[in-house]
Amino acid sequence: MPLKSRHLLGLQGVPEEDIQTILDTATTFREVLERPIKKVPTLQGKTIVNLFYESSTRTRISFELAQKRLSADTINFAKSGSSTSKGETFKDTVRNIEAMKVDMIVVRHESAGVPQFLTRISNANVINAGDGRHEHPTQALLDMYSIREKLGRLAGLKVCVVGDIAHSRVALSNIYGLKAMGAEVSLCAPPTMIPKDIYRLGVKVIHNIDEAIAQNDVLNVLRIQLERKAGTSIPSLREYHNYFGITKERLEKQNKDILILHPGPINRGVEISSEVADGPYQIILNQVTNGVAIRMAVLYLLGTMN
Amino acid sequence: MQVLLKDVTLINPAQKLNEKTNILIVDGIIKKIGEITADELSASEVYELNGKICSPGFFDMHVHLREPGREDEETVVTGCNAAAAGGFTGLASMPNTSPDADSAEVVKFIIEQAKDHLVDVHPVGAVSVERKGEYLAPLAEMFDAGAVAFSDDGTAVKTASLLRSAMEYSQMFDTTIIEHCEDPSMDDGVMNEGVVSTMLGLPSIPTVAEDLIVMRDALIAEYTGGRVHIAHISSKGAVDIVRKAKERGVKVTAEVTPHHFTLTDESVKSFDTNFKMNPPLRSREDVDAMIEGLKDGTIDCIATDHAPHSIEEKEAEFIYAPNGILGLETALGLVISELVHKGHLTLEDVVQKLAINPRKILNLPVPKIEVDQPANLTIFDPDAIWTVDVSKFKSKSKNSPFDKRLLTGKSVAVINNSKMFYKDQFINI
Repeated sequence: MPLKSRHLLGLQGVPEEDIQTILDTATTFREVLERPIKKVPTLQGKTIVNLFYESSTRTRISFELAQKRLSADTINFAKSGSSTSKGETFKDTVRNIEAMKVDMIVVRHESAGVPQFLTRISNANVINAGDGRHEHPTQALLDMYSIREKLGRLAGLKVCVVGDIAHSRVALSNIYGLKAMGAEVSLCAPPTMIPKDIYRLGVKVIHNIDEAIAQNDVLNVLRIQLERKAGTSIPSLREYHNYFGITKERLEKQNKDILILHPGPINRGVEISSEVADGPYQIILNQVTNGVAIRMAVLYLLGTMN
Repeated sequence: MQVLLKDVTLINPAQKLNEKTNILIVDGIIKKIGEITADELSASEVYELNGKICSPGFFDMHVHLREPGREDEETVVTGCNAAAAGGFTGLASMPNTSPDADSAEVVKFIIEQAKDHLVDVHPVGAVSVERKGEYLAPLAEMFDAGAVAFSDDGTAVKTASLLRSAMEYSQMFDTTIIEHCEDPSMDDGVMNEGVVSTMLGLPSIPTVAEDLIVMRDALIAEYTGGRVHIAHISSKGAVDIVRKAKERGVKVTAEVTPHHFTLTDESVKSFDTNFKMNPPLRSREDVDAMIEGLKDGTIDCIATDHAPHSIEEKEAEFIYAPNGILGLETALGLVISELVHKGHLTLEDVVQKLAINPRKILNLPVPKIEVDQPANLTIFDPDAIWTVDVSKFKSKSKNSPFDKRLLTGKSVAVINNSKMFYKDQFINI
């Protein structure tokens, strides 16, 4: 079934059927990734530009690999900071790139709203690869795919997003996506890392990690950004680890099955201990593999729409 | 030249006027109000103004003219043209130009640019040198050069100590300090803090950042006996603080912009940078508090915070786009549509808040509509329905969130300094 929108700007407002379609399509591509020849001709002749205004390793590589496996032609464009300060406006850059006949744009930018802005100034299909603290829809899709792969369903599951929700683009996409799929979503972090009035999105907020472990089927553990100014939202990484870090002891204390996800890159010893990061509960590397399949699915579904 | 404003409804609460009459203006001076003879009629340029309102000319006490420094965005003259088109006969220009209006020279320069214009320009001088909040700018020299108030607009006066000095010093000439109220330790956001900023993932400015400085400023005004004017008030908390301070007799006044009583932060969901300004668009509860504050007199006047920006700067990524929107040419339509037609204010209230109170705050004479007085008038049609079209704006910039919006209420003409602006033309009268 075709998707409702020709862009993937976020998961807010994306209906359950569309998420279902993407996840099901990804299952097909996931199978392709297990073949000796991991390439299909689906997007042959399509030109995709990866517009990365903020540094990214895994998301950019994942998208690029997905594009290559679909036989699309890809261009990478990386730049950091405000384009205006470097003499050319963002709009001019985009117009120039589009003049080279580009079909799709994958964009990462430190300003929320840039994907929406792109749809106003370009005719290409736009895929959001992360905008500010707003959304990172393909990350949430691959999270949901990985959960479903492991637990067989999403509806009725209890999922807790742990960490710096306020500065995360992954959290909002997870909230919108998981709720659309019928999961129950909660958040666990110190109050300084919970953005204003987020409860109005229909999520429960708690501040005790042991409760979060006890009450949930899945923990999606966010990266604590080491570069963030220490002492403003948390006193220290040590204190964060002591009160919110996922450790083997904490998990064993509850004596229950739980699935641990992490969007990476992980800070061992901060939000997650090494034992847990490499241990039996986590599916961190499955997420990475599934990320390619999800991005193939999104590129395919949008790229063959028009 | 002899001009006859025929069958116009005269409204001026300062003179307790509300009547349909005729006004005869000869060489810019009001010569007669009332019955007109056949000779006078035939000797005059006659304007049929049945159903139109005539009041003292409107005054916008918060305008960014951008000259000197950013003449590509607005000049004193283009800003005054926009003011005339919007129904204003006078304005106060804010000092954050380049260089800043922190000296008598820049104040004089701005006044000089506006010479011979229909619109009177009264500069606001900076409180501190380069608006850095370290040392007092030469307030007395600027006052003598024509400055009518002082402000470090763009930011609040940096320290309580410097604000105290400014409020004490400026009592020598009984001017007010106009404050942009925002705590500098909480000012790194680009929109209002609330569920919408959470959903959009945009860095946010909490209302308490405004409330804190309004409280600080009210307390310093109370302590020193000086005067403070709260620019572009936008939060419910700030309105409450001003209301209570006024009850205690503190010399505090406040203005609100049309966008802060019209729009909420929901508009930012489009990521259109024409909804980005500082203070940011707030919640519905705050908007309701603005209207309540206007009704009960806590908010004394309406000012636009007219802030022109170039298309290339404004059409950018949301977090990088500059703050501010145009205001002069949509203000009256928004006031009438949102406040009068929705039953919050009467036309008398509008005249009070657009013509009388801003001048009182700045110690400027309020134009009288009586014989032998110079005609300083705004004539407007409270029932005219029109669609905003930024391409027709007199302003050099086009950054308005109200483009294509249907408004009720429009200026018909303004008269001042023996000039009239009517149907897009300046005429000497």
